[in-house]
Amino acid sequence: MLKVNIKKSLPDFELDVNFTLENGILGVCGRSGAGKTTLLQCIAGLVAPRTGCIDLNGRTFFSSEHGVNVPARSRNIGYLFQGYALFPHMTVKQNVLYGAKGGKGKRKKSSLSVLEVLDILRITGLQDRYPGQLSGGEQQRAALARALMAEPDLLLLDEPLSALDDQTRSRMHKELKRLQRQWEIPFIMVTHSRTELTALADRVLFLVNGKQCQEVIYNPERTCTGWDAQEIPCCR
Amino acid sequence: MTVDMAPIILSVKMAALSTIIVMITGVSTAWIMNRFGFPGKNLAETVIGLPLVLPPTVIGFGLLLLFGKHGPLGSFLENTFHVRVVFTWGAAVIAAAVVSLPLMYRSARAALETVDKSLEQAARTLGASEWRVFHSITLPLAWPGFLAGILLACARALGEFGATLMLAGNIPGQTQTVPLAIFFAAESGDMRLAGFLVAVISLVSFIITYGLNTWSNRRQPSLSLRRGGNQC
Repeated sequence: MLKVNIKKSLPDFELDVNFTLENGILGVCGRSGAGKTTLLQCIAGLVAPRTGCIDLNGRTFFSSEHGVNVPARSRNIGYLFQGYALFPHMTVKQNVLYGAKGGKGKRKKSSLSVLEVLDILRITGLQDRYPGQLSGGEQQRAALARALMAEPDLLLLDEPLSALDDQTRSRMHKELKRLQRQWEIPFIMVTHSRTELTALADRVLFLVNGKQCQEVIYNPERTCTGWDAQEIPCCR
Repeated sequence: MTVDMAPIILSVKMAALSTIIVMITGVSTAWIMNRFGFPGKNLAETVIGLPLVLPPTVIGFGLLLLFGKHGPLGSFLENTFHVRVVFTWGAAVIAAAVVSLPLMYRSARAALETVDKSLEQAARTLGASEWRVFHSITLPLAWPGFLAGILLACARALGEFGATLMLAGNIPGQTQTVPLAIFFAAESGDMRLAGFLVAVISLVSFIITYGLNTWSNRRQPSLSLRRGGNQC
């Protein structure tokens, strides 16, 4: 369970969010510059909030009250960057293995093999290629494989599908959904696209100038009335 | 004609040691400057860069004040370690290092800035320590720029004249490097010796530059080919 209650000053406004997430996919939506990426960076530990606290599964990652700020490397949070941030000088396999847990035996799941992960994402045949030789969709799956190989407790995705064509995108929708169900860790996904929210998000968090304006539990049976993007200015 | 090889051996040893020192200090300073902001950062960068614009004799004079018998560093070294720096071989290394540091620093700084920050952040979220981020991500990606800096610093150290003369003097066999030997040979009319040393230092500089260029060119196309091509 993830608990986030933070404030962070940005140049034009203050990011101020407060939510908890048990499981499933949380979509974070809002205009460019609404503080979506900053929110992910705060959770991952790449940026420190001004005040507040961040808790994951009972572990405190950040608490301004107690002066706690666990560095990103110790948080075990997967982060899928907007441009995927694959290491250009390493092969897909080297990339995926970069964050692999070295069989310390402390994790609940048994350690994954790289072949398993590559297989789940269907990129086994690409393992000896370099990122520059991959298509957008393949790069995205390689970046996902790298994040999953580290066996994270939470996965953050920053506009994961923005660089893909429509066909690849709808295929990745299904894959992400499947992965989330299979892995049973919460996902937080920043997106601009309404289709993406409809297809993927179990819950949605709207940000307007850093303020959380609405949180709606998405119900697939009420696609049209559950939440209506037309009514929400930040998500048009 | 018997040729005294001492200046050549001295120059090569001095340039090699100075380049190693400059490489380590230049890269680590550039890394710190790239990572952190602190008050007085501009001032620190200016001081590091000063040897690029000041006449070498001015640098030499400054170093002489610093390392001289009554200078702060000189008296400290003499009192604690009983070491005298001025007019020794070490002084030539110090002079060359100070003069060539800005070249290494600038190349390293520019190279570090080309490394995409999100790659380093990605490595951190994957559990990498700062040291691992540096040697597995930052260093390989910034390497061509580092190499250019090493090359420039080495060439500058080999050619150093003014500051070396001020701080290390011209003691044949001890502090007389090739550029100094050329000057004093030419001044005393020994044009054959001067010409010989000019040929040697030109050749050594050429070989270093050519060798490193070839090596980096061989690395680069293969890397871009691996990145660019989409062969199955």
